[in-house]
Amino acid sequence: MIRTDEIIIAGFGGQGVLSLGQMLAYAALMEGKETSWMPSYGPEMRGGTANCIVIISDKKISSPIISKFDSAIILNQPSLEKFEKAVKPGGFIFYEESTVLEPPTRKDIESFKVNAIEEANLMEKKQVANMIMLGAFLEVKQLLKSESILKALAKVLPERHHHLIPMNEAALSKGREIISKLHHSLV
Amino acid sequence: MKENMEKEIRLMKGNEALAEAAIRAGMDAYFGYPITPQSEILEYLEEQSPKRNCVVLQTESELASINMIYGAAGAGARVMTSSSSPGISLMQEGISYIAAAELPCLLVNVVRGGPGLGTIQPSQGDYFQAVKGGGHGDYRLIVLAPATVQEMVDFVFEGFRLAEKYRNPALILADGALGQMMEKVELPAEGSLPKVVPAWATTGKTKDRERNVITTLHIQPEEMEAMNLRLEKKYAEMQCEVRYEEINTSDAEIILVAFGLSARISQKACDLAREKGIKAGIIRPMTLFPYPSNILAELAEKIDAFLVVEMNAGQMVEDVRLAVNGKVPVHFKGRKGGMIPTPEEILVEIEKIVIPKQVLQD
Repeated sequence: MIRTDEIIIAGFGGQGVLSLGQMLAYAALMEGKETSWMPSYGPEMRGGTANCIVIISDKKISSPIISKFDSAIILNQPSLEKFEKAVKPGGFIFYEESTVLEPPTRKDIESFKVNAIEEANLMEKKQVANMIMLGAFLEVKQLLKSESILKALAKVLPERHHHLIPMNEAALSKGREIISKLHHSLV
Repeated sequence: MKENMEKEIRLMKGNEALAEAAIRAGMDAYFGYPITPQSEILEYLEEQSPKRNCVVLQTESELASINMIYGAAGAGARVMTSSSSPGISLMQEGISYIAAAELPCLLVNVVRGGPGLGTIQPSQGDYFQAVKGGGHGDYRLIVLAPATVQEMVDFVFEGFRLAEKYRNPALILADGALGQMMEKVELPAEGSLPKVVPAWATTGKTKDRERNVITTLHIQPEEMEAMNLRLEKKYAEMQCEVRYEEINTSDAEIILVAFGLSARISQKACDLAREKGIKAGIIRPMTLFPYPSNILAELAEKIDAFLVVEMNAGQMVEDVRLAVNGKVPVHFKGRKGGMIPTPEEILVEIEKIVIPKQVLQD
């Protein structure tokens, strides 16, 4: 079956929203899939809003710019307000617990609350919150292998930061763990 | 030191892919001035040039860039400049001179919303400027319109090749989104575009040939007209270079005509229309000059309507209407000012055109 995933990732500038998207795109490339990464660009700065659209597909991608998404990874309240309505019925929202105070209200989509910033602070590296979100997303969607993400990370991170890869790997696992615990408690 | 780059697959931003392609296509020199949304081209080239055997210079202005292009092309070098809309406007005098002097070069316009300083968001508002002149006088550019990051690469090679074949400036007309987005690209091996012998170059007269003169001044009208006739003949010969992509046109009742990013969004709209049982197809011009008028004229005999989709107030639609020549209605949907149409809003336009007709038939 041909699978296509249309994903929006949105939050504040500086939260690693664009690099999270790039990791998805690189990992998709490594698994031989078609992919596109389209950032919002403009007079944006740290603290402003940033988002990117990532499409991963088994077939050639037509439009890299779309307005309806299968999944939304949301790292702040304004982004939830903007993109909750843009998720297709039956789609998924992954939102960061501490920055999204008013959770999604739609009943025709599945929402996952992820305490990424809290967990990142426990790991004493608040910058890996985006990796925790990514881990949670991958665990639910079963989209790409963690090993492809780690290979992608080596591409996205400048070489001087490569010593941070194990930390990011741990964060990715943490995100997956949060979801599997959730599933466990649901059972 | 020169690195030897083999064919490879990478995930790259459109701007960076274009810059890497220029080096691999054997570009000797680049002159440019930064402007969003294409500054990565200059940045990438600045970073690469020390190890990649090409001259890269950030000039003091766009006027300097285009005149350095004029000079380097006259010396027989394979040269490129890039900018975005307001910067390309500044270059128009030089572009007219280079076209008149019949020198090859590659120009890149990563278009943003205008007029004026406008916005840094993507637009297709420079279509008229690209295909109808821009600078003064009777001249044409070879205009290529990429729709993917892969074509940002491929059209660099094609642009240099065509520019040198016809001794004419070629222009890549992209937009801000294509410059900023990342996609998978296959980069050709370095050196895969053979160097031509620049017979026009003013590199010093040798005994075995006549003097080369590069000038755009022909003060005698008889001489100037002869020059105009020669250019006209050359532009007519370029017609054989027409390229376009045709998707789902064989059974189509409505055909969308769009270039660049608009074409990809339109393709998604066509897929949505097909899901609803509307037979929609696409013609995507890949060359904007020469323009694929013949295929549009042929299709006008078979279909009910055209819908032209552009990120401007309606520019290419005029060329579609010329080609269709009143045989069927040519509708238009445009977003302006850096706004990008969504597939859903294009679908609404398709339904507006097709559904009233279906109701009539019922």
